[in-house]
Amino acid sequence: MTTFIARRILFALVLLAAVSLFTYLLFALLPTDPAALTCGKNCKPELIAANRVRLGYDKPIYEQYWQFIKGIFAGRTYGSGDIAFTCPAPSLGYSFNQHECVSTLIGKTFPVTAFLSLGAFILWMLLGVGTGTFAALHRGKWQDRLTSVVTSIGVSLPTFYVGLLVLFSVVIWLQWLPFPHYASPTENLHDFLTAMILPWITLAVLSAASYTRLTRNGVLEAMNEDFVRFGVAKGLKNRTVIRRYVLRAALIPIVTIAGLDFAALLGGAIVTESVFSLPGMGRLAIRSVTDSDLPVLVGTTLVAAVFIVMANTIVDIVYGVLDPRVRVK
Amino acid sequence: MSNTDLATREPQVFGAVESKSPGRLAWERFRRDRVAVIASFVVLFFVCIALLAPLVCKALGINPLTLDRKALNDYGLPNGPFGAISRKHLLGVEPGTGRDILARLIYGARVSLLVGFVSTLLTTVIGVVLGIVAGYRRGKIDAIISRFTDLTLAFPSLLLIIALTRPFTQRLESFGVPEGNPARLTYIVLVLSLFGWVYVARIVRGQTLALREREFVEAARASGAGHWHMVFKELLPNIWAPIIVIVSLSLPGYVAVESTLSFLGVGLLPPDASWGVMLGDSVKYYRADPAYLFVPGVALIVLVLAFNVMGDGLRDALDPKSDRQQLG
Repeated sequence: MTTFIARRILFALVLLAAVSLFTYLLFALLPTDPAALTCGKNCKPELIAANRVRLGYDKPIYEQYWQFIKGIFAGRTYGSGDIAFTCPAPSLGYSFNQHECVSTLIGKTFPVTAFLSLGAFILWMLLGVGTGTFAALHRGKWQDRLTSVVTSIGVSLPTFYVGLLVLFSVVIWLQWLPFPHYASPTENLHDFLTAMILPWITLAVLSAASYTRLTRNGVLEAMNEDFVRFGVAKGLKNRTVIRRYVLRAALIPIVTIAGLDFAALLGGAIVTESVFSLPGMGRLAIRSVTDSDLPVLVGTTLVAAVFIVMANTIVDIVYGVLDPRVRVK
Repeated sequence: MSNTDLATREPQVFGAVESKSPGRLAWERFRRDRVAVIASFVVLFFVCIALLAPLVCKALGINPLTLDRKALNDYGLPNGPFGAISRKHLLGVEPGTGRDILARLIYGARVSLLVGFVSTLLTTVIGVVLGIVAGYRRGKIDAIISRFTDLTLAFPSLLLIIALTRPFTQRLESFGVPEGNPARLTYIVLVLSLFGWVYVARIVRGQTLALREREFVEAARASGAGHWHMVFKELLPNIWAPIIVIVSLSLPGYVAVESTLSFLGVGLLPPDASWGVMLGDSVKYYRADPAYLFVPGVALIVLVLAFNVMGDGLRDALDPKSDRQQLG
C-alpha cells in the first residue's frame, strides 16, 4: 500500500515537472519579447535592455527555466543593489504589467476562485444527487422524462450564455439584486453574498445537469444489486434502503468525478468569473492574455495544472485504498 | 440481452423468421424511439440548411452581408418591436448594421457545424487509433500513450487555447493558410482536437482492454489472425457503439465551445458569423435589443438538444443493455 501511494505521488511530481517545462518552453518560444513588454510604448531601448538583464531574459532558455524552478523553492531576487526586489518562495516570477510578484497576484485572486468553486460544488452536488435520485425513483414516469429533457439542455448550454441570461434577468430586467460588486466575506458579507449568489447558481445548475444523469444511472444500477435486494428482503424501509445501500454504492464513482471537476474549477473558472466580473484567478489569467503578461500566464497555468494533477492523484489513491485490484495494475 | 431479443432470436433456429444482423436490430430499435427520430430530423434539417445556405437565402430573398440602414432608427437600433421583425426580415435585423439576422443565422450554422463536425472527426480518428493501439499492443506503447494522455489532461485547456490564439494563427498564416478567419477556424479546430482526443482514447482503450480477454478474440488469435484482422474484424466492430455515441454527444459540445471562444474574443472576425459570434455580439445589446439575445441562443439550444436526444436514442438502440432501455 505504501509503495503504491509513494509511486502515485512520485508520478504526480514527474508529471508536474513535465507540465512546468512544457508550459515554460511553449510561452518562451512565442514571438513576443517579454522584456519589451516591461514598459510602455515610448520605452527607451536602454531600459528594455536593462530590464532584460534584470529579469534574466538574456540568458539561454534552459538557464531561465532552471532559475524559474529554483525560484519556486528558494524565492528569487531580481536585479541588484538599490533597485533589487525579491519575490519570496514560492516565486512564480514577476509581473511588470501589474508591478507585483506573480505569487502575490495569485494569492490575492485565489480566495475568490476558491469561494466560488466551493459554493458551486456544494450546491451542484446537492442538486445533482437529489434530482438524480428523484428521477431514478420515478423512472419512466413524466418526472423522469422532464428531468431528462432539462438535463439535456443543461449539459450542453455554454456557461457564458446561461450566466449572462441569469445576470440580465435578475439584475437588469427584474432588478431583484444590485449589480454584483465583489467584496471579501470578512470585509462585507452582504456584498460578498450578492456577488456570489448568481455565479454559484449558474455553475451549480449547469454542472448539476450531468451529475443528475450520473446519479440516476448509478442509482438504477445499484438497485439491481444483490445487497440492495437483501436489504429489501430484510424488511427495511424503502427510505433506509435507498440512503444506506443504494446511494452509498452509487455515489462512490460520482464523488471521484466531482473531485476532478472541482479541481478544474479551482484552477480558474475563466468563463464564470468573466461573466460576473469576479476578481478571481480565471480573470487574472484572461487579463494576462490580453496584456501579454507572460509570467502571470505561466504562473496561472502551472497553478491550475497543480490542482488537476493533485486531484487526479488523490482520486487514484482513494480508489486504490477502496479497491485492491487497482493497486496491482 | 433482454427478453425481447431472445424472443425474436429463438425462432431463427427453425427458420420461421428471417435472421437479422445486429445493425438491423439496432436500426429497428432506433426507429421505434419516436423522440429520437424527431431529433434526428431536426439535426438533418440544420445540416441541410447549412449545406444549402446560399440557396436557402436566395429563396428567402435575404443576404447576410447586406446592410439595411432603413431598418434601423437614428440610434442604430432596430426600428420596430422584437428587433424589427418584418416580412422582409423574419427574425429582425442586427443592431448597428441592419444585417438580416435569419441570413446570418443560416450562414452561421455553416461555421458552427463545420467546427463541430471537423473537430469531432479529428478527435474521434486520433482517439480511436491511439486508444486501440494502446489497448491492443499494451506494454511500452500503451505506457507511452497513457503518459501522453495524462500530460494532456494536466493542462488547463481553455486558458491555453485562448493564450495561444494569436501566435499560432500567425504561424498558420505563415504556412500558407489564408489569412483571417480561415486561419482562425483552422486553429480552433486543431487545438480543440489536440485536447479532445484524450477522452475518446481513454474510453476506446478501456473497451479494447476488456475485449482482448473475450473468447472470440482469443479464438481469432489462436487461429493465427494477423494484426489487421484483429483490429478491423474483431475489435473495431465491437466498439462501434460507444464510438457513435461519443460522436453524437461531443459534436454539440464543440459547437458550444466554439461559441464560448467567440465570446472570449478568440472566435471569428466580422463580417462572418457563427452562432457563437452572434451570441457574443448580442450580449452587447442586451438592454437596447433583448430580442437579438434569444435568436442565436434558441437556435443553439434546439440544435444541441436534438443532438443529445439523438445520441441517447442511438445509445439505447446500439447497446440494449445500457440504462434506459432496460430500466426505464
